[in-house]
Amino acid sequence: MPANQAALPIDILEQRSHRDARHERLFRWLLKGCALIVLASLLGAAGATLWGGREAFSAFGWHFLVSSAWDPGNDVYGAVVPVYGTIATSLIALLIAVPISFGIAVYLSEVAPAWLRTPVASAIELLAGIPSIIYGMWGLFVFAPFFANHIKPWLTNNLGNKPDDGKLSWVAEHVPFVGKLFGSDYPFGASILVAGIVLAVMIIPFISSVMREVFQTVPTRLKESAYALGSSTWEVSWDIVLPYTRSAVIGGIFLGLGRALGETMAVTFVLGNAMHLSASLLDPGASIASTIANQFSEATGLQKSSLMALAFLLFVVTFVVLLIARLMLRQLARKEGR
Amino acid sequence: MLTSRKYLTRSARFAAVAAIAVASTFGVAAQATDITGAGSSFVYPVMSKWSAAYAEKTGNHLNYQSVGSGAGIAQIKEGTIDFGASDAPMKAEDLQKYGLGQFPIVVGGIVPVVNITGVQADQIKLDGVTLADIFLGKITNWNDPKIAALNAGLTLPAGKITVVHRSDGSGTSFNFTNYLSKVNPEWASKIKFGTAVEWPTGVGGKGNEGVSQYVRQIKGSIGYVEYAYAVKNKLAWVDLKNASGNFMKPSADAFAAAAATADWASAKDFNLIMTNAPGAQAWPITATTWMIMYKTPKNAGNSKVAFDFFKYALENGQKAASDLDYVPLPAPLVSKIEAYWASEYKH
Amino acid sequence: MSSPYLRRRITNALAMVMSTLATLVGLAFLAWILWETLRQGISALDLKLFTKITAYGESGGLANAMVGSLIINFIGIAIATPIGVLAGTWLAEYADRTRLGESIRFLNDILLSAPSIVMGLFVYTIIVLPTTVLTHGSTTFSGFAGGVALALIALPVIVRTTDEMLRLVPSTLREAALSLGVPQWKLTLQILIRAARSGIITGVLLALARISGETAPLLFTAFGNNYMAINPIEKMSSLPQIIYQYANDPGDAMHALAWAGAFVITMFVLLLSLASRLILSRTKVSHD
Repeated sequence: MPANQAALPIDILEQRSHRDARHERLFRWLLKGCALIVLASLLGAAGATLWGGREAFSAFGWHFLVSSAWDPGNDVYGAVVPVYGTIATSLIALLIAVPISFGIAVYLSEVAPAWLRTPVASAIELLAGIPSIIYGMWGLFVFAPFFANHIKPWLTNNLGNKPDDGKLSWVAEHVPFVGKLFGSDYPFGASILVAGIVLAVMIIPFISSVMREVFQTVPTRLKESAYALGSSTWEVSWDIVLPYTRSAVIGGIFLGLGRALGETMAVTFVLGNAMHLSASLLDPGASIASTIANQFSEATGLQKSSLMALAFLLFVVTFVVLLIARLMLRQLARKEGR
Repeated sequence: MLTSRKYLTRSARFAAVAAIAVASTFGVAAQATDITGAGSSFVYPVMSKWSAAYAEKTGNHLNYQSVGSGAGIAQIKEGTIDFGASDAPMKAEDLQKYGLGQFPIVVGGIVPVVNITGVQADQIKLDGVTLADIFLGKITNWNDPKIAALNAGLTLPAGKITVVHRSDGSGTSFNFTNYLSKVNPEWASKIKFGTAVEWPTGVGGKGNEGVSQYVRQIKGSIGYVEYAYAVKNKLAWVDLKNASGNFMKPSADAFAAAAATADWASAKDFNLIMTNAPGAQAWPITATTWMIMYKTPKNAGNSKVAFDFFKYALENGQKAASDLDYVPLPAPLVSKIEAYWASEYKH
Repeated sequence: MSSPYLRRRITNALAMVMSTLATLVGLAFLAWILWETLRQGISALDLKLFTKITAYGESGGLANAMVGSLIINFIGIAIATPIGVLAGTWLAEYADRTRLGESIRFLNDILLSAPSIVMGLFVYTIIVLPTTVLTHGSTTFSGFAGGVALALIALPVIVRTTDEMLRLVPSTLREAALSLGVPQWKLTLQILIRAARSGIITGVLLALARISGETAPLLFTAFGNNYMAINPIEKMSSLPQIIYQYANDPGDAMHALAWAGAFVITMFVLLLSLASRLILSRTKVSHD
């Protein structure tokens, strides 16, 4: 074609679509690469802990998973106490944080007047910005003593199986498990329950921020149709907004759960760090992250390897918990015909 | 909207400028020598004071971080730091294997502290056996006859004893359990000693500060902390019976007496744990921290500056140490250390 | 009024009261913690906190720790945000409901709960040790390694929130763009990400809030520095690490510095989140 003739429209279109296809492929590769980086980080971190813990696994085998010993003097280690502590504290944290976060999200999206929304939302997010060590220090210096002096006596006397005056309450005698859960003869506040409460306060901002964001993405059309049919505000939130955003809400809860399972500093200060298994929520315990944080700097040899094995077990525990959660969600989705 | 060609050159120019700006920050060279040390948290305060004074004098910067004795040892073995600081001495085989040498730098004391209504510091007396029995969980009440036997004239309330120990691994626990092992055979066989042990009873506080807090909050508790924490937090400490049979109160003189009477001459590489020292005025739980360095340095310049710093600390840092409730090493020990440097380390 | 109607009215009123109570509980804890932080740290909150470097005793400030924190957090977020947003986009747009996508989503959730100290050790092994060997000991720990460790902690948070926010963008937007002939990459970049921008920024801010309070991963990567350092190749100090250090000191002066440092971190995160909300609120995407 002569150089001074303009290109035909069809050529321009073809060039453009070729270029777009190229960009498309590049873009897709770029995105996939980034996702694979995420995969590599996880495999790397999990692999590093497995590698570090190989000595412990080969020394103890399956016994590591069921033993509650932790004896650096005689070099015998078991994972039961930290694993129990991690699961118990995270569960308590979720039980407390999820309803409160939902309440906050509903308040911010439906109840609060418009001028109040941003300040309160920013205030709640501020909880996320407080360093975890401050949660630990506040818990140790302020909250745990407060709990020990004002709340714990009420719990042990009214719900526990070791009340001060020796007389078990009706609840402790007749409702199973309650007595054991709340019985404690330690005079201080550091315990699984207190650690769970502190964790709950830490994860509330994560869950509630995500909930609030996603509640705002619900099409107003949907909500207004429901209002037009006579629904109350609560019914709209519970029956329309929540199901619509359910997947993202679960995602937010997982964000909080992840934080709770792996939280180190705050828990270390208020959990009491006793490597004894106790049924009571008001007794001190230990969690995986706090055990690692406490002992890693000074550990050598088999103890260090056992700590890395604990870290690997945390990945496993998370894996199992998430698997169960996903299976439950799939059941729910199936019931709805998806 | 810029056409693609213009956009490309514009962004290329911006990228070039940004790259140059970033690259220029990487080229900043250090004027003085920076040396790095890590390990025991026991010596962190005095290291900070010494390094500030040393930096003023020579302009060389010492960066010390308290990551724990175990981590300090691990990092000096991997060569990522210039010297490690450990509250527990390294074994001779380990030193041999890695080509390392160690020497003490400062002395401090560990004191048991109590929170009993009506009991002040220096009022309650215990000996090693009883102390170990309390931590073993065998003595559970403050009005136990064994405690009363040592404390004629002091009325102790009939309260439950809450033991507070360390939750994290630490040199303080190492020395404390080492002392208990030396004086109580049951402790030595069941629990042994180390930076972390399986405590038979009680609650674990994080760091000396955590233990101090728990002891302050819990009535009827007993714990163990470094002397500086007992002083600053105004905790009631316990008078202990030393190896010579005297009940000593903890003080800088008592720690110094322990350091002076310990048998350094027969300890190769200064591998001597000073607990239960024989001196008549010695405090039974006295501890030191060892500095660990390569005999053939990986970085000769840094090693030279490090030794210069240690010389300054040992010879001129006494006041700074005692201001912070440590005990500087006695002069004969300092000469022994400097002789060790000359003979063992290549400069 | 018939009974079901009354019941619904009561349920609604109860729910509104409970949600207000929940918010008050959250705010009460916030006030309690902030009050305690301020009360303990007020004696150290003065100008020298910002101008003097860390020194043992009452004469020190936190200047080098603040600068170090800024640099390390910036590196962490700068690495994690593009990778996280792009990975989340891939999960939401290109791999939704595929096997690989579901697996990576699942694994990302596991990464979310990894204890931060493990990430620090991982980075120590893959960056600090090789750097020491390669540079013959002249560079060992570095602010850059610390930034990478923080990036690994921030990454799953950003991936998760980006993924969720993009999936909530109504498909009508996608279909409208595609029907106009917009290629998918342009659609994703210029329309979808812009639509989900508020949510993505929330995710980034949450990640930043999380990493600005982390100590454990920096112990073996950035190590800490008693002097001012601005070059990421050097060891750097950081506020959370100093807080941890000072909190364990026997003296009250150091404690006050620790609380003051915590207050500074909290205010910094607050300012950042307010600033980004302000910038965002000008272009609010309406959801119809």
